Amino acid sequence: MSLPEIEHREHYLNINYGIRSWLLTTDHKRIAWLYLLSVTFFFFIGGLFATLVRLELMTPQGDLVQAETYNKLFTMHGVTMVFFFLIPAIPAVLGNFLVPMMIGARDLAFPRLNLASWYIFILGGAFTLTAAAAGGVDTGWTFYTPYSSIYSNTHVVLTVVGVFVTGFSSILTGLNFIVTIHKMRAPGMTWFRLPLFIWSHYATSIIFILGTPVIAITLVLVGLERIFGLGIFDPALGGDPVLFQHLFWFYSHPAVYIMVLPAMGVVSELIACFSRKRIFGYTVVAFASLAIAVIGFLVWGHHMFVSGQSVHAGMIFSLLSFLVAIPSAIKVFNWTATLYKGSVSYDAPMLYALGFIGLFTIGGLTGLFLATLGVDVHVHDTYFIVAHFHYIMVGGSVMGYLGGIHFWWPKMTGRTYPEGWARLAALIIFIGFNLTFFPQFVLGYIGMPRRYHVYPPEFQVLNVMSTAGASILAVGYLLPLVYLIWSLRYGAVAGANPWGARGLEWQTSSPPPTSNFDRTPVVTEGAYAYEKDPEEIYTFRKPAHV
Amino acid sequence: MATRVDTLFFFLVAVSVFFVALIFCLIVVFAVKYRRRAEDERPAPIEGNFWLEVVWSVIPLGLTMVMFVWGAIIYFDIFSPPNDALEISIVGRQWMWKAQHPEGQSEINELHVPLGQPVRLMMTSEDVIHDFFLPAFRVKQDVLPGRYTTLWFEPTKAGEYPLYCAEYCGTQHSGMIGRVVVLEPAEFQKWLSGGATGMSMADLGASLFQRFGCQTCHRAGGTIQGPSLTGLFGKTVQLEGGATVIVDEDYIRESIVDPRAKIVAGYQPIMPTFKGLISEEGLLQLIAYIKSLSAAERAQSKK
Repeated sequence: MSLPEIEHREHYLNINYGIRSWLLTTDHKRIAWLYLLSVTFFFFIGGLFATLVRLELMTPQGDLVQAETYNKLFTMHGVTMVFFFLIPAIPAVLGNFLVPMMIGARDLAFPRLNLASWYIFILGGAFTLTAAAAGGVDTGWTFYTPYSSIYSNTHVVLTVVGVFVTGFSSILTGLNFIVTIHKMRAPGMTWFRLPLFIWSHYATSIIFILGTPVIAITLVLVGLERIFGLGIFDPALGGDPVLFQHLFWFYSHPAVYIMVLPAMGVVSELIACFSRKRIFGYTVVAFASLAIAVIGFLVWGHHMFVSGQSVHAGMIFSLLSFLVAIPSAIKVFNWTATLYKGSVSYDAPMLYALGFIGLFTIGGLTGLFLATLGVDVHVHDTYFIVAHFHYIMVGGSVMGYLGGIHFWWPKMTGRTYPEGWARLAALIIFIGFNLTFFPQFVLGYIGMPRRYHVYPPEFQVLNVMSTAGASILAVGYLLPLVYLIWSLRYGAVAGANPWGARGLEWQTSSPPPTSNFDRTPVVTEGAYAYEKDPEEIYTFRKPAHV
Repeated sequence: MATRVDTLFFFLVAVSVFFVALIFCLIVVFAVKYRRRAEDERPAPIEGNFWLEVVWSVIPLGLTMVMFVWGAIIYFDIFSPPNDALEISIVGRQWMWKAQHPEGQSEINELHVPLGQPVRLMMTSEDVIHDFFLPAFRVKQDVLPGRYTTLWFEPTKAGEYPLYCAEYCGTQHSGMIGRVVVLEPAEFQKWLSGGATGMSMADLGASLFQRFGCQTCHRAGGTIQGPSLTGLFGKTVQLEGGATVIVDEDYIRESIVDPRAKIVAGYQPIMPTFKGLISEEGLLQLIAYIKSLSAAERAQSKK
């Protein structure tokens, strides 16, 4: 079998070789690869925990693992997936690779800080993995006090240190993005010509910077109470356990938007490219991202409708939670309208994007059930919640992430992935996902509480359905792992712009040179000018490096 | 309540099904109708449409406001127990539920209640946060250490209903389950009298009151050291420094375990703490006793 040859040309992957050239790189594209490998590793670790959880739940009895082990499994599933996969996945991999390229910059504003962010991320991950290897932690990813600070006999401090450290990686990445987007746009790349991917990463960065310090401080307080018996959250020491929930959700609700806003950005790019249209209502979609980031900071109390907080506070938080749903709804309508009179193709990234819209719509609508006070009282802390947030985080974020990985894979590697396999995987993931999580809505409404190791037998049928779906989903996730690696060597040569996209990142060779563009791009049109030729949108002037 | 929650739930399901169907149909129709037919297609650009944006902002906003108001009304009712509710004390601990009836009966992981009578639960935890969840009645409430939360429901059909702990509380969280047994009133009376000690919660509280020497300072009529507790429950009292507080279960509990937190105006902070000396059940019994002093006074004044 003869291998497709890439014409010999210097680019960011072949400019130098060796482990040092990767571990000491300041190239945002190489750092994106470091993150890609790390978050993929964490994704499959988290997935392994999930697999064991689903296997245990096939039967009502606790027959596969003991109660304590089960509790550690769902805790480490949550901690790994939230802090080490979902939060960094799109911003740190795709964002790192694309933010400079999309705005016509040579790198992020602070390349060394960018590399430091990755090392901080790995250090945090090492703490958390050490905690897992040393015996694990059983508090739930939510670390509710006083269970986490006083009663748990597991490795709470080590885990919390890991999450604390990793937070700084998010803060620095957010800082880097904000400065880069403000200061390093190419000539003519005005704010309202920016791709929506950039707008959503800008909104995400605001949350990174304003939200992450709060979780850091909160986890330090948990550590102080646990180690020194300082009375902050435990009433026996004069503390207030509900205070923890306020502080925790003040970050962790906006963190949901950290997970989904970048995916929304990806989906905007995909919908535009594969229907060859401008995003319908571009400005509205851009401001919807900012509105979500801002209002998202004011809704944390909707996690606490039955926590003993005042009913009046509950009412305000309910109202604000409904308001934050509106910008998301607007986005869904605008994406749908973008297809109207477009030229729609069904390449794998588009299948993920359309899957995202469907699953995110269900996730968003079921969010309304939880914002509705009288209904939340019943479904709170049941499998209804579990189903809802998996629709947002897996149905939304992971679909967006995979769609983005496929879309930009030719740019990142210079090779195309096998289209047929990719479409099949997208379909398997969509079906497996729905079979896994839809039954959990029903389970929750008929009363099955979450985090139950053993459960009454009447809940078994739906749990077996869910586990069956999870095994299909697992196949769907393993497929891309195999064929994407395969494509690195055997994939067809991609060319600079295989999708005929209009984004600036496609106007340079694949893989791009280290400096991204050989000549400085000048932008004369808004993003998604699919009715024009790229040459009409961009001109290039004098060499960017002398 | 269950019917009202279900009605709202199915309203939400209907709205959701409508929008999911709408989006699904639009996507399928557009994706098929406008599928790419030639590689060099260049559809004409559409910037957007102001009035469409208004329509699909305002309609969802209106619908969500209906959900908000409807949900809030139910929520207020869930947290507003009727005055004639039967009051039962609940203490949660890793990993069991303990209930005590006003007549003095205790039970574990079971709760017997009479049919047709609203029941109000006065709940607290000995250790971590738990949650008292009755799916059949569509209610749940976190049970916190160090303070009281309440939950009420009205059984409308005799039978047995599951009780779950819904807030993750450690190793045997999923074992912290039980049942609520709804009995016909006559049967409930029979159940109450079976195995009774003859001591009501208020009686048990009165004996604790004696044992810990509370009456030395808190005599009827009051002393220089401490205020009288007769008729106190539910009143508003003036504190040192000018603030006021309503004497409710939480205030009494706090005054026993942390007496210096809120001193009634005119008294010295001389009461020692009883933290760790009295169990959560004991505190609830003392509260029942102090409440009975007010109930007795009300009964007197009515005559």
